[in-house]
Parts: sequence; C-alpha cells; structure tokens
Amino acid sequence: MTPPLLDGEGGGTGNASLMTSASTMESVFQQSPGLTERNYLGLSDCSSVDSSAVSGMSAVKRNNLNLKATELRLGLPGSQSPVRDSDVDLGNSACLDEKPLFPLVPSKDGICSGTQKIVGSGNKRGFSDTIGEGNWMFGSSGIDSDGSKSLVQGKFVSNASVSGKILPGTQPAMINDAASKVSPQEQTHVTYGASVNKASASNPPAAKAQVVGWPPVRSFRKNILATNAKNNDEVDGKPGPAALFVKVSMDGAPYLRKVDLRSYTAYQQLSSALEKMFSCFTIGQCGSQGASGRESLSESKLRDLLHGSEYVLTYEDKDGDWMLVGDVPWDMFIGSCKRLKIMKGSDAIGLAPRAMEKSKNRN
Amino acid sequence: MVDLVESVDSDLVSPESNPTCPFPDEVLEPVLSLINSHKDRSSVSLVCKDWYNAERWSRRHVFIGNCYSVSPEIVVGRFPKIKSVTLKGKPRFSDFNLVPEDWGADVYPWLSVLAKAYPFLEELRLKRMAVSDESLEFLAMNFPEFRALSLLSCDGFSTNGLKAIATHCRNLTELDIQENGIDDLGGDWLSCFPESLTSLQVLNFASLNSEVNFNDLEKLVTRCKSLRVLKVNRNINLDQLQKLLLRAPQLTELGTGTFTQDLVTRPVADLEASFGNCKNLLTLSGLWDTNSLYLPVIYPACASITFLNLSCAALRSFELAMLLMHCKSLRRLWVLDTVGDMGLEAVGSWCPLLEELRVFPADPFEQEEVAGVTESGFVAVSRGCPKLHYVLYFCHQMTNAAVATVVQNCPDFTHFRLCIMNLGQPDYLTNEPMDEAFGAVVRTCPKLQRLAVSGLLTDLTFEYIGKYAKNLEILSVAFAGSSDLGLKYVLGGCPRLRKLEIRDCPFGNAALLSGLTKYESMRSLWMSACNLTLNGCRVLAKEMPRLNVEVMKDEDSEDSQAHKVYIYRTVAGPRRDAPPFVLTL
Repeated sequence: MTPPLLDGEGGGTGNASLMTSASTMESVFQQSPGLTERNYLGLSDCSSVDSSAVSGMSAVKRNNLNLKATELRLGLPGSQSPVRDSDVDLGNSACLDEKPLFPLVPSKDGICSGTQKIVGSGNKRGFSDTIGEGNWMFGSSGIDSDGSKSLVQGKFVSNASVSGKILPGTQPAMINDAASKVSPQEQTHVTYGASVNKASASNPPAAKAQVVGWPPVRSFRKNILATNAKNNDEVDGKPGPAALFVKVSMDGAPYLRKVDLRSYTAYQQLSSALEKMFSCFTIGQCGSQGASGRESLSESKLRDLLHGSEYVLTYEDKDGDWMLVGDVPWDMFIGSCKRLKIMKGSDAIGLAPRAMEKSKNRN
Repeated sequence: MVDLVESVDSDLVSPESNPTCPFPDEVLEPVLSLINSHKDRSSVSLVCKDWYNAERWSRRHVFIGNCYSVSPEIVVGRFPKIKSVTLKGKPRFSDFNLVPEDWGADVYPWLSVLAKAYPFLEELRLKRMAVSDESLEFLAMNFPEFRALSLLSCDGFSTNGLKAIATHCRNLTELDIQENGIDDLGGDWLSCFPESLTSLQVLNFASLNSEVNFNDLEKLVTRCKSLRVLKVNRNINLDQLQKLLLRAPQLTELGTGTFTQDLVTRPVADLEASFGNCKNLLTLSGLWDTNSLYLPVIYPACASITFLNLSCAALRSFELAMLLMHCKSLRRLWVLDTVGDMGLEAVGSWCPLLEELRVFPADPFEQEEVAGVTESGFVAVSRGCPKLHYVLYFCHQMTNAAVATVVQNCPDFTHFRLCIMNLGQPDYLTNEPMDEAFGAVVRTCPKLQRLAVSGLLTDLTFEYIGKYAKNLEILSVAFAGSSDLGLKYVLGGCPRLRKLEIRDCPFGNAALLSGLTKYESMRSLWMSACNLTLNGCRVLAKEMPRLNVEVMKDEDSEDSQAHKVYIYRTVAGPRRDAPPFVLTL
C-alpha cells in the first residue's frame, strides 16, 4: 500500500493518515522480499527482530498520535515514510531491548522497498554548551508525551537499495534541549538521498556557537556548493549583492536542491533551470542501467511526471504562506521567497486565490 | 662503469682506500645516488663517517619537515649539491585558522641562502609557508635553471608573484598552485608565459578564481607537448575544455572546470568523444557543478582512472553509482557526502581495488542538520573494498560496532582519520563513548601510521592507543580525553610518534612533562586550548634545551595560561623571526 503524501502545513488529515501509516509500516516489514538482513552485531535471530521491532514501533506510535498529523512524508511509491518518535524515552525503552538490526543490505534488483532509517543527529552546539552537561546517558525524564518533542530525527532513504534501522536513536545533547525545541510544524527536509526531519529550533542558530576551526575542513571547501562559479560576491573587485540561495523541494523527490535566486532575472529562467534540475527524476532514472542506486518508479507515477503540467511551482514567503510562483513582480518575489516547492497540481488548489489576495493587500 | 671497475681494482691495492670502508667514494656515491627516500638516506648517513660524506655529496633532494628545525645555513653547509628542496612550515592546524597570521615560516630567508649555495636549484616545493610576491620574484630572477614550483597551503602572495614566475622561468616544467591563501588579482599571469616556453609538464591552477585568457591557455597547451598534468579552474567551461583535450590527449591527470552548460552549445557526444580520446588518464578532478546530463561524458575515459577526485562535485548517490560502474581500476576516491550511504554502497560494490577513500562534508558549517553519510556507508565500503588502507571520513554519527566491523574487514589501515563532526558525540546507538571504536582500530591494524580521533572519548581511548599503536606516527586529537592520563598514555607508548596535535583537551602540565624525553624523537607537538600554563612550559623548556617551546599569547586568555603551545626539536636554536605574540621559553 502506498502511503499518502502528507502536507505538513495542511495538518488536517490527522488520525486517518496515522492509521494508514502505521499499518503500512507493518505491511512493509512483512512484504520486503528483496531485503537481505546483515547482522553486524552477531545476533542470532533476525527474523524475530523484525516483528518485535515493528511492535515496538507501533507501541511508540500509539503514544504519539497527535504528532503524526503534522508530519510531512515524502517517498516514492512503495517506499515507507520516516517514522518520528517524539518520545525519546519510550522509543528507547521499547526498542533498546530489541536487538538492533544493523543496516539491512539493499536488494540489488532495484525494488524500492523502503524501511525507515532513524538516526539521531546531534546539535551543532559549541563544545562549551555540551561540556556543562555531565550526564550523557538517557536520564532525562522531563519529556512529556503529549506535546514536547525531542529532536529525534528520522532518516529516510528512499532510493532503491535501502538500508534500514529499526531502532530510533537519539543524542543525549538533544534530550536536554527537548523541552524548548519543537514546534508543531515540522517540515521534512530531504537532502542528497536521505531525508532528515528537522525540528525548527526555538534557539536561533546563533546560539549554536561555531567552534573555530571545527570541523577541520579547509576553507576552500566551504564554497564547493555555490551553484554559479561566476557568481562571486566580488565582481571586478567590488562586492556585489550576495547570492540568495533557497531550497527547492519536489513532491516525490528524496532530496532537495538549492538555487541562487539572484542568478536569474525572470521567472522563465528560474522555471527552465528547475525543470532541468528535476527532470533527472523522470527521464534520467528511467534510462539508468545497472542495479545499484536505481530508483524505480511505478508506471502511474511516471505518467504523472511525464505529463509535466501536473506540477506547479510554489514558494513560501516571509509570512510563512505558500503561494503560487509568478503572481508578483520578480523583484518582489526574490525579496519575499524563502523556499520553493514543486507541488502536484492537485495539492496546489486553493493557493491561487490567496496569492491574489495577498498581492492586492500589499498594493 | 668500466672505468669505475678498473679504479676499484687499483684502489683496493692503493693506500688511499680506507680499510674499514672498502668502498671508495667513486663507487659509493653512484650507489647512494639511487637512494631517494630521505629516511633511508638518514640511515645511510649514520653508518660511518665515509658514508655520511658520500651521502651528503650524492644527495640531490632535501626534505625539511619543519623549516624551523634547522637553519638554511646548516642545510647548505651539509649538502653541497642540492637540486630540489621541500620545505614545510606552519603547524597543520593553521589550515583551520588556529595559527595567527604573521606567525612565521617565511620562505624568503631560505631563498636568499639557497640562491648563493644552490644557484642551479631546479625544484622548490613548499607547504604551509609564508610566500610573498617578493619571494616569488626573487626565485624567478635568481635561479636560472629553475623548473618546478609547487605551493600547497601557502599564503601571502598574489597573482603578481605568479606573473614573475611565468615570465622569467625559461625552463619551467611545473607550476602547481594548490589551496593557497592567495590574493587573486586577475588571470593575466597565465598570459605571461612566453611563446618560447614549451617545457611545461604540470600546470595546476584549479584553486585560483580569476579567469585566464583562454586563447593564451590553448596556445600554451598546444605548444607544450610534454604536458601531462593539467588542472584548470572553474571558469573554464566545457567548450573550452573540449578544445584543450583535443590539444592534449596525452594527459595523465586532468582537472576540469565547470562541468555543465547553461546553453548547450555542443552536443554531449562530442564531449564524450574527446574524453574517449584520452587513453592515458589516471587522475580526474574538478567536475564542478556537474549533473546527470554531463557526468556520463567522462565514462569513456574512466576505465584507466586510478584516482577520482569528486570533492568539488555534489554528486547524488545514483550518479556516483553509475559513474563507478565504469571505473574498474579505481584505487583512490574522494567524494562529498552528498552521495550518501547509498553512494558508498555503490563504492563497495564497484571498486574492489579501492585503497583510499575520502568523504568530505558538503556543508560542514551548515546550521541545520543535513544527512551526509553515516556508519552504514562506512561499513558498506569496508565490505566491498578489502584493500582499503586510507580513509578520511566526515560524518555526523558513528557507532563503536560499525568501526569495529570496518577494521575487521580492512585490517591493513595505515591512515584512519574519522571526524564525527558533532562535538563530543557518543555512539548514537549505545550512547557509550567511542573508546571501543578506536580501540578496535589500533588493535586490529598493526600498520597504522596516522590516526585522527573524534567523538566522545575518555582516557581509555588513549590507553588503547598508547598500548597498541606501535607504528603510529601522526595523531590528531580534538575535544577528547578526561584527564592528564590520556596524554600520558600516548606519550608513554607509541614509540614511533612523530607528530602530535591536540586541541581542546583536558591535558595539563603533568601530562606535558611526562613526555619530556620523547619530544626530541618527534618532529613537533601542538597543544591548544588545553590546561597548560606558562610555568609548565617553562619547566619543559628548561629541561630540554634542544626543543623550542613556543607559546602563542591570546588576548582572551589569562596571562598564566598557555593557550597555544607549539613544541619542536631543532638544531637551530630559538627562532629569530618570532612575532611579538610568540613567546619562546
């Protein structure tokens, strides 16, 4: 069963989607014919791990009903969305006893059967922030099950060969931030083959002090990802306007791209650039040879994508509203665009009127 | 050789030959001239006085790992016939902005001495030295036979200095400019190469930002028939690259410019054909901005490639996978962590000959968490690449079990550099420190020469290292350890330790002083943001006069604290060019 793609901002689907996802979750584990388990920790009984882990997951899920509604799930058909555990303690107590399966070896026949991979990632806090906390273990009991969420981050690998880890993990550093951290509107950001659920931190980034010289990466490596080689800040020795990078996500794509809005001067340019960037999801993949790394698309999905007009380009503006791209003058758009999203046409219904209204209000 | 044989016979009878050393210099020197490794040469020079002399006369290349360990006068006094000099300057942590500017390592004092002693010097390779335009001009004007200049992580010069080199070095074979703090004033330096210059074999300007004149570049490449290494910068587009490849199909190392096109001016097939023409390509790098459309263009050249440097190309997992399928000979691979664990699984699947893997973070300073690679990618590579012996791995999370598995699969590690980017991060599954991971590394890998540790580490890690890492030469430690014991363990073990660099660890004076006798057998020790005091350093300096104990004063730190300490052995005494903030005790 294909899990529905939920829109994080909509939030209206609530329990129904939860149930769907929960049952899908279990069905995925049962219907993973191509997955071979590798047991790195030398644990004997792999098959029992599946079911026990699944039941552990379900138990966790049941305690976090209200959170599922706000989750954004992305994934190709047949793949599983990430499961987020907001209750760290529960997650751990339920699953720590379960023997963790070290990554499941991907099947080589390209079946896009996803399992979730949950990893915790630590904050980028400066060392001084962390050394004060002597307790590195899961001691924190201050996590409410009803509202506050920890920064457990789910990780989803949606490409054909998938490594999955049943056990949710978390970082102690994150537990300590649990109380303050999470807002209901969690967006899933996907980058480069895996998706990471990010909690919007109530601490501003400045609080996460960057340590000098850490990580030990040479400075020339910092600018590798700038999309335009000629788009240096200094043109002819004068500082020019800084590049304006925004993230671009696409429904159905497992990772984001970034574009520099200042490298375009009109909507047409932006549109064709995005088309090129994301066209790889359609034609490129169909043409790919070889077993590993291939993302297979179901027929219907492919038809959708090939028809092009199914997709619309939307953006989130400074007020946090999602608007259709193209309504306002380009300069105004650049000034207010925070991120871009390529949505299915059907999902974008209801956006257009708001866009018109807004620009009317501004004028 | 016939003449030599005759002279040997006569010399055996003659009174000139030394009864304790049966080889006369005429024999010894040619034999020793075949020895290139400077470590071997050091050993040779210790055998006896004759061998010492023979060795010094036959040495053509001198390697100085720390420019302050010896003075230029001593070097030229000992070695009269040097053609090639390699000099390294600042401590490695200067790459990460931990060493203040104007710290030193100026090459100029060396050049002025070298110009008098070795007027026919041919090669100069500098790493982490301060190089000014004046120095480059001096070099260009005072060494008429000069051929090869390599500048890696140097700073202080501008493209004007390069102009001088290009203009005046008539026999230039190599110009290799990498990752320097350079003042890029424009690309016209390249146009300074005279029409008469045809000897260039190596040209690497990949790290320079300004655009060069393409016509001049094309002409240069055309007339330098021996060109084997060409690494251009990002401004060279695909069209231009194509033209260059047509001119230089003999290249063995290629660094491309930007590897995508906004306007498609040339069919992809043409580009593919050009790459197909390059039958000798061993190394490929650059590939900025590449994507699924253009990356396949390089496939025809991939079969012979042994070193693929994709650290400037934000490839996705499937792009990497498809590329690697064509790289049957790959031995060294550098990638960005955009390829993810999936990409690394492809590495494990397609690169059984892989010996070196470096995974760099695409967004190391990104405030939000990005996925990158995890322990599972690491394990996947180790499973498929049993010959892996060099790894540099940046990640956000790791487990002890994964590292143990990796070294089980690849016990031949010589260089193991793991950087868990989140500070003080434990094993994210068990929440234990990462001690056992590095314990497994040092126990399982007897050939380990270089180790960089990270994550949450207690003194136990260092106990393991001190006990098991018998061949360890270079150790990098950051934000680790619980007490002085940690450093004591290392200094008490690791018989082959040469370079130790430590930052932000709770190691104090007692630990420092426990290594008193060890420091003379090491090249250098760096300790910053530890618990050292000036007094502790003074004690060390007093006990060990042949060490330079330098303390860098920091405005923020208290007077008694030794915030940054750099200790190295030297026969040159305290340095005379120390800036005011460096205190030599």
